[in-house]
Amino acid sequence: MSTIVSLPDQATASLPKRSYLNNEYGLKSWLLTGDHKRIAMLYLMSITFFFFIGGAMAGLIRLELLTPQPDLMASDTYNKLFTMHGVIMIFLFLVPSVPATIGNFVIPMMVGAKDLAFPKINLMSWYLYVIAGTFTISALVLGGVDTGWTFTTPLSTHYLNTHVVTAALGIFVAGFSSIFTGLNFIVTIHRMRAPGMTWFRLPLFCWSNYAASILMVLGTPVLAIAIVLVILERTIGIGVFDPAKGGDPLLFQHLFWFYSHPAVYIMILPGMGVISEVISTFSRKRVFGYTAVAFSSVAIALFGFFVWAHHMFIMGVSNYSALVFSLLTMLVAVPSAIKIFNWSATLYKGSITFETPMLYAFGFIGLFTIGGLTGVFLGSLGMDIHLTETYFIVAHFHFVMVGGMLMAYLSGIHFWWPKMTGRMYPEAMSKLAAVVTFIGFNLTFFPQFILGYLGMPRRYHAYPPEFQVLNVFSTAGATVLGIGYLMPMIYMTWSLKYGAIAGPNPWQATGLEWQTQSPPLTENFIETPIVDYEAYDYDWLANKTKHEVTTVG
Amino acid sequence: MHIISPVLWQFLVKWLTNFALFPPEASTIAPYADALYFFLILISLVGLVIVALLVAGFSIAYRAERNPVATHIEGSTLLEATWTIIPLALFMICFVWGALLYFRIYNPPTNAMNIYIVGKQWMWKAEHPGGQHEIDSLHIPINRPVQLTMISQDVFHSFSIPAFRVKREVIPGRYSTVWFEATTPGTYHLFCTQYCGTLHSQMIGQIVALKPEDYQAWTAGSTSGASLAQNGERLYASLGCNGCHSGQADARGPNLAAVYGAKLQLANGSAVTVDDAFLRDTILNPSMHVTAGYAPIMPTYQGQVSEEGLIDLVEYIKKLNSNYRIQQTLNTTQVSPSQTGAPLGTVAPNSGSGSTPGMVKP
Repeated sequence: MSTIVSLPDQATASLPKRSYLNNEYGLKSWLLTGDHKRIAMLYLMSITFFFFIGGAMAGLIRLELLTPQPDLMASDTYNKLFTMHGVIMIFLFLVPSVPATIGNFVIPMMVGAKDLAFPKINLMSWYLYVIAGTFTISALVLGGVDTGWTFTTPLSTHYLNTHVVTAALGIFVAGFSSIFTGLNFIVTIHRMRAPGMTWFRLPLFCWSNYAASILMVLGTPVLAIAIVLVILERTIGIGVFDPAKGGDPLLFQHLFWFYSHPAVYIMILPGMGVISEVISTFSRKRVFGYTAVAFSSVAIALFGFFVWAHHMFIMGVSNYSALVFSLLTMLVAVPSAIKIFNWSATLYKGSITFETPMLYAFGFIGLFTIGGLTGVFLGSLGMDIHLTETYFIVAHFHFVMVGGMLMAYLSGIHFWWPKMTGRMYPEAMSKLAAVVTFIGFNLTFFPQFILGYLGMPRRYHAYPPEFQVLNVFSTAGATVLGIGYLMPMIYMTWSLKYGAIAGPNPWQATGLEWQTQSPPLTENFIETPIVDYEAYDYDWLANKTKHEVTTVG
Repeated sequence: MHIISPVLWQFLVKWLTNFALFPPEASTIAPYADALYFFLILISLVGLVIVALLVAGFSIAYRAERNPVATHIEGSTLLEATWTIIPLALFMICFVWGALLYFRIYNPPTNAMNIYIVGKQWMWKAEHPGGQHEIDSLHIPINRPVQLTMISQDVFHSFSIPAFRVKREVIPGRYSTVWFEATTPGTYHLFCTQYCGTLHSQMIGQIVALKPEDYQAWTAGSTSGASLAQNGERLYASLGCNGCHSGQADARGPNLAAVYGAKLQLANGSAVTVDDAFLRDTILNPSMHVTAGYAPIMPTYQGQVSEEGLIDLVEYIKKLNSNYRIQQTLNTTQVSPSQTGAPLGTVAPNSGSGSTPGMVKP
């Protein structure tokens, strides 16, 4: 099987003498760094830590659901597990995953800048993340919280005596971490592009992160407000959500979903950016319909703000507002469809190779298509009545968030791993991991669609025995999926020391980040790059490489 | 036979013999919902197959071994338009179809019989108009539209009957309604689908759909002796409502006869149609809903009446609309002999404010 990987001669190759990794030594040089690449690595370690905590909880949940009886743990424990699983996976893993690790690392390099616009704010954003993580872990250690990640009032304000305030403060702080990341990206992309790097020469990864950043900056404050109101309601009883005091319990859900629906686009858009880069690189072709893909990101960000009430179709919102929100929900599905078709068309007349990032990207396309189309089921008003609050919802958003986003994240991590560390991951192992993940994922979550249509409600500790078979499949799949996630963890760590030396551009990719050494210098480029070619111009790259060879020879 | 494991073998046999992909269709709505579901599955399959064929086909046809040099293509406005407009058109069909189904599910027919549901952590209480009370079960007749008027006593719950394809959030402090018409006798699952605390997964029950004659028998056998309206009457008297809402011309409160369903002019200038929610709200927050021409003197009954009590009161006031005669008259009320066909001494239907209804002891 042919491959585009071109590595330097391993007998003579060595890592660059100076890079961001060995520029300075010591813990202090990491904890007080302003370097976007080091901050990205700090983020990478922290989100991996939280991913495995959240994943362990998912494992326990699936184990409990192996049998219909509530036999593994008490109901309260189960409720705390799915709450913490949701909180950790969403606020501490999915939201920061691609932007704060991969985005932080490559966006300044992609636009040809030395760093993000505000390095200290970037560092602060990581510290806020750590504080948020500490609050969340404290809530867990002190005895947990069992509101569900949605913190629905009045359950969260009046009816539970668990550590709601601690967990809520964690989310509040995590929100600011993501606002600062978004702010940094917006300013960097606007102001710090290298000479010649016009908007339409930006890699699509920058476009999609830019769209996600707008959502972060505009949406997250509303979540902060909602959370502060919950805390005030709990502590001093201001009564905004309490019907006995003339408050409206539904108001909380409006505020919460005003952030939390755009939040799913915050999570998925950067992942879509990864897919654009990967598909283009491994088919040696410019992304089909660059402008359509770029603007569909912006369209998703824009429409994403006006669909929040589709989480509340059965909550007694007026029939006519339900109509409007259903219509807008259908509209937001269109840009996603456009992206899928453009990625497929990119393959046409390409020269395709199947390295690990590409396998993950194919996994993304398949699973995200299913996730997106089942979203149409839920956007369709009458169907939503039967499907909402069941396992159909659970399966739908796991297809989008795990099947889509996590696949994209793993694709990106494998793709930029040589750039981040200077070393390759083991190819055969990682291909196996990609396949195992795909199979495990489908086995875990596909049966949940059927369970949902049968009516099995989500967040149920025990369930009627006739649902057992499908739950057994799901739990079996979760085991496979767990192995699929552990494998990269192990071989990536292994590759830090034993991986092949990657050289500056193992994939022969066109982005500016690949035109410098791996791992890069602290200041990224020796001299400011001047961009005189379009994005994904593989002919330019071929000419440049040929030129270099002749000069040296 | 069972080389691997007898447990696994039994499990597989059990699975193969009763493996359901769809819940039973037991209401008039269910076939409509399933039709839309199959349509959605169809377009999803078509979409998925197209994407899979494109990706797999191109991957095989243009793999690097077969096609070492890529051909550059900028894009195609025509293709972009195609894959914008066709999905959009399909999604619009889903939208219209879904909206029609939604209106069908949430707009009850006018002749529906009404049953009240109170949700609380972690049980469902059903209150039939005839005074039958049930916990975690609901008996209903088939072939007759049934409307549920639901309220929560504490947190959000959600009333879900998968076999009927209906579900509605049960909200604290606000009535919500859902309706269905069962078609097949049987026992079906009732789930609370909104997470509501520790025993959320125990907040389940059964819907028992009965043939009309069985339902008659059940109703007769389960009566508690007093209908909701009768309970309401008792409560009305014991709370002293009739002290002001006496129906007399000089009464301090408005006449409640025939008030249900009427259009009311409020002191703040707005006009409302009196329904269950409005009646409940005026009992709890009277100062927010003062009828034009009356002083805002009514105290709040917040915290004094349970949700079931409020349902009784609402049901009682609703019945004052008709010539309904409360069969069991309490000692606290006197029926004026001159009032023929009037349900009670307090207020009489069709009696003008000038008439003199029976006096009421507080």
